[in-house]
Amino acid sequence: MTGPRRNELSIVRDIAHARAGDKGNTSNINVWAYHPDDYDLLKRTLTPERIRREFPNLIRGEIERYELDHLHGLNFVLHDALEGGVNASLNLDSHGKSWSYLILGMALDP
Amino acid sequence: MAGQQDVFRIGTGAGFSSDRLDPAVDLAKRGQLDVMVLECLGERTVAFAHRDRMADPRRGYNSLLERRMLALLPPCRASGTQIITNMGAANPRAAAKRTCDIARQLGLTGLRIACIEGDDVTFAVPNTQPFMDEPGSLADIGRPIVGMNAYLGADAIVPAIEAKADVIIGGRLADPSMYLAPLMHHHGWKNSQTALLGAGSLIGHLLECGMQITGGYFADPGVKDVADLDKCGYPIAEVAADGSAVITKLPDTGGRVSEATVKEQLLYEVHDPAAYLTPDVTADFSRVTIAAVGEDRVEVANAGGRARPDKLKVTVGFDAGFHAEAGVSYAGPFAGARGKLAAAIVRARLTETHGIKSPHRIDVIGLSSLFATAGATQDDSRDVRLHVALRTVNREEAETMLWEVESLLCCGPAGGGGFRGAIMPAVMTKSVLINRSLVNSTVEMFVA
Repeated sequence: MTGPRRNELSIVRDIAHARAGDKGNTSNINVWAYHPDDYDLLKRTLTPERIRREFPNLIRGEIERYELDHLHGLNFVLHDALEGGVNASLNLDSHGKSWSYLILGMALDP
Repeated sequence: MAGQQDVFRIGTGAGFSSDRLDPAVDLAKRGQLDVMVLECLGERTVAFAHRDRMADPRRGYNSLLERRMLALLPPCRASGTQIITNMGAANPRAAAKRTCDIARQLGLTGLRIACIEGDDVTFAVPNTQPFMDEPGSLADIGRPIVGMNAYLGADAIVPAIEAKADVIIGGRLADPSMYLAPLMHHHGWKNSQTALLGAGSLIGHLLECGMQITGGYFADPGVKDVADLDKCGYPIAEVAADGSAVITKLPDTGGRVSEATVKEQLLYEVHDPAAYLTPDVTADFSRVTIAAVGEDRVEVANAGGRARPDKLKVTVGFDAGFHAEAGVSYAGPFAGARGKLAAAIVRARLTETHGIKSPHRIDVIGLSSLFATAGATQDDSRDVRLHVALRTVNREEAETMLWEVESLLCCGPAGGGGFRGAIMPAVMTKSVLINRSLVNSTVEMFVA
């Protein structure tokens, strides 16, 4: 598992993999660089400010970022980010299982 | 890995209420497991189970319990594998009795089935109890409570292991605790050894979602390929006395165990990696090491732990009325435009003609649905589906919504087909914290 060729880099999915989970109306998304060399680019791209700017209508609360440097991974906790969560959301994906691909679809920093 | 000579083998036989059965049977037959855990209870699952129990006092446990026990009891008895499960849901006593009947039917005379109770605190928690993580209290919801369950920890499960149960059935047993309890018992870990409790909770956390660590919920063709997901194997942990473990799966099963599959599960539904709260410990996953040590073999180590939380979490389930969904599809040239027209018609019919104010949502799948609020849309597609969702406490409103969507077949845009609609019971759940003194778990043994 190496990810795509490096000359095609454009989105986070090209350098990282991710998984989303939910607790109430809070989403958490963990994101991992395939290659240690790309971890800095991942950290630079995925700032809480940038994520908030990208999805202003969806992510309405605080965003926390935890860093697991030794594993080249980031964990985002997105508060008030699930349209009410599984109790209230009328989104087909009321758990926000697909939210990992919101992050993986973001453009990488130049 | 230290303690090679004393490796405890624990595996997963279900990671959620509807998880696959045949790979669990394979694992029971070939896995040489000491313990198989079936984790089958979510916050909403237990609320639905309470509704089942209200409708029939003999029910309220996992609807697949009979099929799972029929298939798993014989191979687990043959291999001496203990089963630990929260399939009891809202009625562990009925589940244990039913399992005892099944064991007799299978001729498994003498099989010992332990029933753990005490998690149901429906009559112990006052209505004024504040929510755990948001403003307000239970009384603010204004809907009937269907049940309240406290998360029981390893201390509720260990007595059943000490009583030499072959099968341990509870209700709201905390997911990682079902793994930690047999590890504590086997390796002699004490409550004061919080780092070991953290290590055992890490293993539980990694395994509790079944195939989510062996290649499930992971594949992304081209970048994260996983072979034979139709035959994916459930996970096994080989746990040493020092709390380190190798995560693996049976040979000749589909899926994969890699550093990447373990990483994704490490922080699944985790907020602060240094403070993962369970009834047993405040586990620290922030310095966990993950290292491939062979084909489909990954070693995890270095979890930590601090004192357990003072209070116990309780899930409170409410009857939330009905959740209704309905849809119609459009295909071919400019299908997107016809889907959008259908959405506008239904919106007008629901709000203007019928005056429905209950929360509802109209998507055109193929143009924008899951990521609609996130801002993702497409102008057109040649294959779209109108999808309408409505939540209401008034069943007639739900029926009206389905009626309106179906009526599009004759009254809507050209070429609409494939109407489907369903009205389902809805629950909502909230969390509160209670003093441990309010919860007294018990163990009762049934012998086949």
